Amino acid sequence: MIVADQKPINEILGMLERYDKVLFVGCQTCVAVCMAGGEKETGVLASLVRLARQKAGQPIEIDEAAIQRQCEEEFIEPLEADGYQAILSLGCGVGVNKLADHFGIPVLPGLNTGFMGHIEEHGVWAETCAGCGDCVLHRTGGICPVVRCAKSLMNGPCGGYTDDGLCESGTGAPCAWIAIYKRLKELGLLESMTETSPPKDWSKDRFSGPRTRVREDVRL
Amino acid sequence: MKLTELIDSGKFVVTGEVGPPKGTDLSDLVKEAKTLMPAVDAINVTDMQSATMYLGSLATCHIFKENDLEPVYQLTCRDRNRIALQSDLLSAVTLGIENVLILTGDHPLMGDHPQAKPVYDVDSVQLLEIASHLGEGEDMVGNELNGKLDLCLGAVVRPIAEPLEPQIIKLEKKVKAGARFIQTQGVFDASHFEKFMNAIQHIDVPILVGIILLKSDRMARFMNKNVAGVEVPEPLVEEMANAKSKAKTSVQIAGRLINEMKDMCQGVHIMSLGWEKRVPEVLAAAGLYELPKKKKKKKVE
Repeated sequence: MIVADQKPINEILGMLERYDKVLFVGCQTCVAVCMAGGEKETGVLASLVRLARQKAGQPIEIDEAAIQRQCEEEFIEPLEADGYQAILSLGCGVGVNKLADHFGIPVLPGLNTGFMGHIEEHGVWAETCAGCGDCVLHRTGGICPVVRCAKSLMNGPCGGYTDDGLCESGTGAPCAWIAIYKRLKELGLLESMTETSPPKDWSKDRFSGPRTRVREDVRL
Repeated sequence: MKLTELIDSGKFVVTGEVGPPKGTDLSDLVKEAKTLMPAVDAINVTDMQSATMYLGSLATCHIFKENDLEPVYQLTCRDRNRIALQSDLLSAVTLGIENVLILTGDHPLMGDHPQAKPVYDVDSVQLLEIASHLGEGEDMVGNELNGKLDLCLGAVVRPIAEPLEPQIIKLEKKVKAGARFIQTQGVFDASHFEKFMNAIQHIDVPILVGIILLKSDRMARFMNKNVAGVEVPEPLVEEMANAKSKAKTSVQIAGRLINEMKDMCQGVHIMSLGWEKRVPEVLAAAGLYELPKKKKKKKVE
């Protein structure tokens, strides 16, 4: 899923400064699961903003909505935005782009979109896929070196891992290559680490402009 | 002079290391390198060490060449993509540089510009392959090059690591990719180094053992805590703590370590971290260099 965080309240208040009638739109899929932009979070944020603006002597009128997925037209279509000066989206960046394309008014991001990840434990999300467009997980025991190694190394660890198996960068993240090494060893597949991985084709990643996927066979 | 030519001739090779300054004035660095050069075969020039912005390694290597100093051009994968890395290797050849040490490079988070976008387009194994391929007269996508490219490529390894096997696997890949000499992370325990050398017996490549000059017991403790792969045994830390002259004791320890390890490997790489002028004494203590006799001052009549 997409993992995101709500922007700091002061940044949100700053974006809303020039408006006094705004629609807050939450998203009930990924960002609801990661407790950043679902119906509940949208309601709490709207209350906070109303209170802050009231206190500042500049009241604001906020209506709330939460749709199933901001990234799909069929869920956006029923949404009415007439009469609002702006929309604050609590969807991921995809949702913000999509709403901005759809409505002829400013759409503001309420979240900082982080990454594609999974739930590690209650309240902890971890990034496990970079969406690089050229998957190598079959060679690395299902542990992604592109995103889980801070240097995206493809041929084994650098010399920086600690005795506890952590990355030199000091972020507290485990060294991906020590994890890969241990996994491959457990699986009896260590020989795949001894084969040299050629330079990666980064043109399949996001560095060649926005990526589009077309399936002619299912187009209408 | 290529380091491999010296190694092939049977010489025990000695390299030093300096880091370019933050700024544009190289006069002090050249002076330090000149005190180092008589005692060593070549001097590594670091590529923005510790992910910190400094004057470039390539420009410094060029100035070294102009001053009859033999550089080892360090090149990391951190800051340049495959286009820039290949171009810089061509530039190095054009400037007469013959030895290149290829490294991954510390992550920007460890340096003075932690907001920087890390590059790591290719890794050290891949860059070694690319550099070897340039030597065959083609860039990495097969375009022909004019002029001849004949670089002596080196790489690094960390001999003390838990687990060690991933380091050995990567070392095998580096040698397969064209590394012709290896410099190691600093070693402070000959028995650890012996274990490492036994573990890599199957890899045919000259090893230059890394020696870091200790400046104080505090520095030793700092490295033990913060530098991956560096372990200064407690007796050495104590020896530094009780030293009347830190410099003298540091020289004695380094000389002793080289003596203990020189028969296990093909050379030594000394990281003096600003104490370049001590390196000739270290090598003299290890029996690898004869200090020039001090000239007596003539009395002015």
